[in-house]
Formats: sequence, C-alpha cells, structure tokens
Amino acid sequence: MGTLIDIQDVSKTYARGKQKVEVLHHIDLQVAEGDFLALMGPSGSGKTTLLNLIGGLDVPTGGSITVGDKRIDQLGANALARWRASNVGFIFQFYNLMPMLTAQRNVELPLLLTKLSAAQRRNNAGIALKLVGLEERVTHKPSELSGGQQQRVAIARAIVSDPTLLVCDEPTGDLDRESAEEVLGLLRTLNREHGKTIVMVTHDPKAAEYADHILHLDKGTLVEQATA
Amino acid sequence: MKYLHLIWAALFRRKTRTILTIVSIVAAFLLFGMLDSVRTAFESGSTSAVGARRLVTSSRYSIIQPLPQALRNRIAAIPGVRKVGYANWFGGVYQDPKNFVFSYAISPEYLDLYPEILLDPAQRKAFDATRTGAVVGRTLAKRYGWKVGDKIPLQSTIFPQKNGDKTWPMDIVGIFDVSKDAANGLDQALFFHWTYFNEANAFGQGTVGWYIEELSDPALADRTANRIDALSANSPNETKTQTEQAFQASFAKQIGNIGLIVVGIMGAVFFTLILLAGNTMAQAVRERTSELAVLKTIGFSSRSVLMMVLAESVLLLLIGGLIGLGVASALGPLVTQGSGGLVNLPSLGAATWGMGVALMVLIGLLVGALPALRGMRLNIVDALAGR
Repeated sequence: MGTLIDIQDVSKTYARGKQKVEVLHHIDLQVAEGDFLALMGPSGSGKTTLLNLIGGLDVPTGGSITVGDKRIDQLGANALARWRASNVGFIFQFYNLMPMLTAQRNVELPLLLTKLSAAQRRNNAGIALKLVGLEERVTHKPSELSGGQQQRVAIARAIVSDPTLLVCDEPTGDLDRESAEEVLGLLRTLNREHGKTIVMVTHDPKAAEYADHILHLDKGTLVEQATA
Repeated sequence: MKYLHLIWAALFRRKTRTILTIVSIVAAFLLFGMLDSVRTAFESGSTSAVGARRLVTSSRYSIIQPLPQALRNRIAAIPGVRKVGYANWFGGVYQDPKNFVFSYAISPEYLDLYPEILLDPAQRKAFDATRTGAVVGRTLAKRYGWKVGDKIPLQSTIFPQKNGDKTWPMDIVGIFDVSKDAANGLDQALFFHWTYFNEANAFGQGTVGWYIEELSDPALADRTANRIDALSANSPNETKTQTEQAFQASFAKQIGNIGLIVVGIMGAVFFTLILLAGNTMAQAVRERTSELAVLKTIGFSSRSVLMMVLAESVLLLLIGGLIGLGVASALGPLVTQGSGGLVNLPSLGAATWGMGVALMVLIGLLVGALPALRGMRLNIVDALAGR
C-alpha cells in the first residue's frame, strides 16, 4: 500500500485577539492508503485541527500536506472546494444533515456538484443508503430518524461520491453504545471491504479499537503512534 | 435549476416566519398594483391614432374658466384644423348626490370627433333630432338600469335652470359602446346637447368649457396649437391648447400629482418591506450557519453559497410579489364592477407587471446581499465549531 496522506513539518497557528496560539507544532505523519487511523488526545490537543487540515477545510501555517498526488496546502479556496468534493467524505459528531431535506436528498447533496442527471443522482443516493442499511428510510427527514440512523445517513452522504478518504470527527460522540458500534462497524466495513482510507478523531478508546492505528496528540505534538 | 429544491427547502425551513413575510410582501405588492392602477387610470388618455390627432383648448388660467362659444368659428378657420367641437362639464348626479354621473353638454360635432364611441346610427340620428336627448355609455346605463326610451331627471351640482330648478330632464335615446383603445372611463359618460344646456342654463350662456380640435396631420400639432392660442392672446379669455393626453394629465393634477403620491406611498411601503424581508433573510442565514458550512465542506464554492442565498431571497420576493400583483389584477375589475363603474381601476398592464417584477428582483437582491455575503465569507472551521 502506498502513502495516501503525507504530512511534513506541519504547524498551525491561530490568532486569538492579539495573541497567537500555535495549535500544532511541526507534525510529521504518513497515512497509508486503505488505513484506518484513530486520532486521540485530550481537548485542545489539536486533533480536530489536524483532521481539518487533512480534509482540506483549513490550511497550515507551515509545512506541507500531500493527499494522493496533490499538495493541498497550496490550493486556493475554490480549488480546495473542488478537491474536497471529489476526494473527501466528511462525517461529523452531530451528523450535520439538512433538517428540511429527506435522507435521499441529503445524500444527493455532494452529487449536485457533479454532472450526473437527476435520475443518476437518485440512483446513486439509493445505493449509498442501501449500503448503510437505510433503504427503507429514503423519504424520512432527519427529525424522523434516530441518532444512529442520522449518522448512517451522514455516512451515506460521505461515501456517495466515492471518495478515497473519509474524515470523521467524533462520529460516535453523540450516540449510545449500540448505535456507536453499528456506526463503527459500518466504518470498518467501508475501510476493509471498500478500501476507504479513514482518519477518525475520537475520545472514546472503544471506538479507537476499531482503527488499525491510533495516534495520540498532546499540546499539538505527536506523542505516540500505536497499532490497535 | 438543480439547486432549486435546496433553495425552496431552505426558504420554507421556518414555515411560519416565511409565510408571514410572504403575506407582508403580498400586501406591499397588492398596494403597489392597486396604486399603480389608480395612477394609470388618472394618466390614461386615448391611445388611438385618432386620439393623437386631437387637441384640447381650454382657458390658460384654469380648467373651470369658461371660453366664449364664438371662438369656435375662428378656430375652425385655422389651417390644419379639420373639425372643431366643444363641451361643458355638467357635474350631474342621479337621484342621490352619491350617484355621480360623468356628464357633458356637447356640440353637434363632438361625437364625430370620437370614433372610439360606437353608437348605433339610428340612435345617433335620434340624438341629433331630440333636444333633450342624451346618449350614455353602456357601463353607466347598466349601473342605473337605464335603457333607450327612459326619461331621467339628471341634477347638476353646478348649473341650475333659469327657473332655479337644478333638475334637468333628459331622454335616453342611445347607449354606446367604446372601442378598446378608448380613454379610460369613456364608457361611463353621458352626453347631451350643449344647445339645451345653453338655452336653459341660468348663467354663463354662450360659453363652453373646452374645445376639441381634430387635426388633418398630427405633425402639425405644435404649430396649430400656437395658432389657436394666438387667436385669444392678450384677451380676457386667453387659451392653452395641448394634446388630449397632456390635457388629461393636467386635469388629473387638479387633484394632485398622482404619480408623486404613488411614489411617496410605495417608497414608504417598500422601505418597510426591505427592513422586514432583510431581517427575515438575515435570521434565516444566521440560523443556517452550520448548514452553509456543511455545504462548503462537501465542496460547494463560496460563490455557489452566495448565489443560493441571493436566489432564496429573490424567490421569497417573487412568490409574495407575484401573488400580490395577481390579487391586485383580479381586484381591479372587481372594484370597478362593485362600484358600478364609478371607481374605474383597469387590470394591471404589462408595464406595471414589468416594473413589479423588476422591483421584486431588485429588492430580493438588496435584502439578500448582506446575508449572502456573510454566507460566502463563512469560515468553515469556525462555523462548524459554532464560533
């Protein structure tokens, strides 16, 4: 397996009023294609910041980030948006679904950026929802679904455009144990059977056990790299 | 178009608030449509080719100042004037002071000057032959249930007869229709003979309210108008000759500058609407900060977000505005019908619809601009973190 994510000497500094706060200090990290990596660490350790950089939601203050063959730290805002659309799927703690759209329409959202016809979009969204076991809930709105089901819709939305990389920020943080295990099992299936590379931020050691590797961050520094 | 369902869903995310905002937009554009109808009704003149050939001569000082009837032959002698007619405002009411009748004492040629008045030749003949004869527009006849052969007691609010009686008996000898290009309200008019009016009138005999001239060539209008006015220059009865449309506009200005009044009222209404719809859009976008951030996260460009918020805002205005103008369009004829033609509001014309839609788009863009810019500039990381 080749390297999908190559992070070299990455730093990230935020301005908080007149103060500058360095959140990440000279991080070096490589993530292999097809890997399932868990990022752990206390609050404020910089794990979400690192995840945002990997997903192209933010840009580093220093260093380089290469995903696939693309130096994403050098892309402008529009190019980065286009890159995210075709290469990354995002899964959030609070699902972040559009409350006024049905599950089907939520899953179709990333496909609006493609040239697919309405029928093709509907078909692909249906396939993604079937993959997460929600083919019976296509017409339901998020308010009509349980937390676990909403997160599965979010996963379907993340995979519908077939990205190589999934970034997950506390995907089970708002779920009960049973739903959390369903979601984690689904992520493992996507990783093992569909070859998705997954980077997941979590506080939960049980969730981290689903990953192939666990990375600990503390005060913006990589402190340990372990195999699960 | 493929984003339409997304924009529509966002617009109705808070149904109550959106519907209340739409109701206020409906009210604003209903008012706009009705007021613009009123303005149009006041400013409309005959648009026919014949209308373009007509000039109106009235007193230079006031529209209520009479002119000598003797001027008629001198005007007729001016080159370029094909026909001359004259009329007096009668100020008639029927049975009750509330039942106002647009009534005019006219010279024999007057009806010939208005081919827009479609009168049966036999009825026209009867009119010419009957001293107390009157012809009325079909709308007016319907309002009071008049028919040919009726004798009606028309009262004048201005002119008593020589015996002091303000009631003028008249015989309905004809009911006329009007062509499509006739001036607004012509089908509510009553015409009777100026000779009858002049003979029985207690005062102001030998005078007329205004003259109507038909030109042989509309291109001669300015020159002919100057020649007509020159006839009475430096006399106590100086005249002002203008096109029929300009005359009607100046007649409307006796009431007030309707256009300015409409602009003033609508300015206040739209200003309030901008604040209201602007507030709705600002709230709607503020509430959806994290959703817009998600759209940007999954690859929607900042420009797409800007365009979607602007489209949502324009759509909001278009829904309310088109309903408002639609209701105004339906109400105009209903008001006209309900008032028996006394209040004559025409259906909304293409110009009003065009201006209305342009205002909807403009106000939509205006009220959506700030929220759209806010959405465009949204920092994904901060928005997702709730900062």
